[in-house]
Amino acid sequence: MSDSVWIIGTSMTKFGRYPDKDTVDLASEAALGALDDAGTTMADMGVLAVGCLLEASAMLGQRLQKQIGQSGVAVYNVANACATGATAVRTALLAIKAGEADLGLAVGVEQMGKAGLLGPAGQARSKPAGYTPSGRYGSVMAVEGILGTGLMPGVFAQAGMEYASRHSGVGFEQFAKVAEKNHAHSTLNPLAQYQKAFSLEQVMGAEMVAYPNTLLMCCPTGDGAAAVVLCSGAKLKSLGLDVRRRAVKVSASVLTSDPYVESDTAQPDVSTLTKMAAAQAYEAAGVGPADLDLVELHDCFATAELIHYENLSLCEAGGAGDFIDRRGPWRDGQTPVNVSGGLISKGHPIGATGVANLYEVATHLRGEAGDRQIDGARVGLAHVIGLGSACAVHVLERAAS
Amino acid sequence: MVPATASKRIPVVDYLVIEGEPHLEANACVACGALYFDRRNACARCGKLEFTRKTLATTGSLRSYTIIHRAAPNVPVPYVSSVIELDGGGVVKANLVAAGTDPEKIELGMKVALTTFPCGHDEEGTEAVAFGFVPA
Repeated sequence: MSDSVWIIGTSMTKFGRYPDKDTVDLASEAALGALDDAGTTMADMGVLAVGCLLEASAMLGQRLQKQIGQSGVAVYNVANACATGATAVRTALLAIKAGEADLGLAVGVEQMGKAGLLGPAGQARSKPAGYTPSGRYGSVMAVEGILGTGLMPGVFAQAGMEYASRHSGVGFEQFAKVAEKNHAHSTLNPLAQYQKAFSLEQVMGAEMVAYPNTLLMCCPTGDGAAAVVLCSGAKLKSLGLDVRRRAVKVSASVLTSDPYVESDTAQPDVSTLTKMAAAQAYEAAGVGPADLDLVELHDCFATAELIHYENLSLCEAGGAGDFIDRRGPWRDGQTPVNVSGGLISKGHPIGATGVANLYEVATHLRGEAGDRQIDGARVGLAHVIGLGSACAVHVLERAAS
Repeated sequence: MVPATASKRIPVVDYLVIEGEPHLEANACVACGALYFDRRNACARCGKLEFTRKTLATTGSLRSYTIIHRAAPNVPVPYVSSVIELDGGGVVKANLVAAGTDPEKIELGMKVALTTFPCGHDEEGTEAVAFGFVPA
């Protein structure tokens, strides 16, 4: 069993829209980039895990191999909602931890185009011939818009408004400030889908999608890929000085699912499993929130980011509104959050997101983030959540030197 | 004799009871009391297998909401989606109706009561009945 696992190579495509490429093109670009960054090739990989929500059932990992190298190793095709990419990383990590491989490649990719509203009931209702109760709720029709909403902007709006109902000093303006920050951060990231700053007034005045989330407070759909090469601690010792110097330690890798809570009957609870994952990750890594130099967290909507400040213990209980009001999560604040621009502006090609977050954190820890570098970053945390739910938290640390 | 053209009504989901005073029913775990609106194979909280039908209160409070302005085709907007905490147990999602769509006038935590409304007809003339909540 390996005592430690390290990231020795990482890469991501610019997020955006690539109508002239296919999913395998995007995955290949990120995979070859990460292998090159690590100074290695597919021939050395002992395991391959590929995360892609929309094509996980279509042998995407094997199709990728046919473009970058077929060697007969174990391939895992991974899907776990918006935690898909992080789960792929964790799959390769587990193979290394188990001693089955010394080196592994994890790739996250998605090609969504302009998908619009996401959720199980985002399509038009059809005209019924005769009502027949069906399914586990005995429903006679799709109930989206009749019994509330299950679409993502509304679900995460309701999650944020529940936090607002319990804590003072949280409202539309605090949620909007999150998006103001992430759009501002994205102007420094050439890999972000959008790189345009908006004033708080512009964010609040944009088209309302699901109050309090305006269009500028919702992540876009898009295309992109990211990859990491993972390496066991023992193997790392045999690699060159430059690889070792740039290696980033995976100090914690945690995946949780929903424990039972009473309100599950209304909608998934995105907070409890995030709190559990964070607590386990801090324990495993032996670090606390105060030690973090940067955090990439799952801001699918501005309302989500705000509640995750508390879920990840970046602020005091009930203090998320105050935290954003005093600019705590800005890049020059107490704990920089989503200096990449976050999902809101960097983009959210679903399968790629959980790997791209690790790319971002690792790049800062290596001191290679260019204009957006957080100076002297030593410890960072990456968080994703897939509704339903799956939550992954990784803590990364710079190699001691 | 029942006329062949008698209008029929059907609840949009089977946890809504429309006979008599309309109310919601849940599948309650006999062992631990956990409530579910859908059919369960076993209790998600305690793993036990036995359930009983439980009548839920028609009053509660507004736990959360959102005002939907962009929706799927055929869904009229704006409307208010809400999460309601029922008095005596049960958390349910439904539309908040007759409360307007101005966030300044929707108060988190306010008392609400169950209401029903027609939400469609099939080609046989059967009316589907949905539930929502109104400020109490």
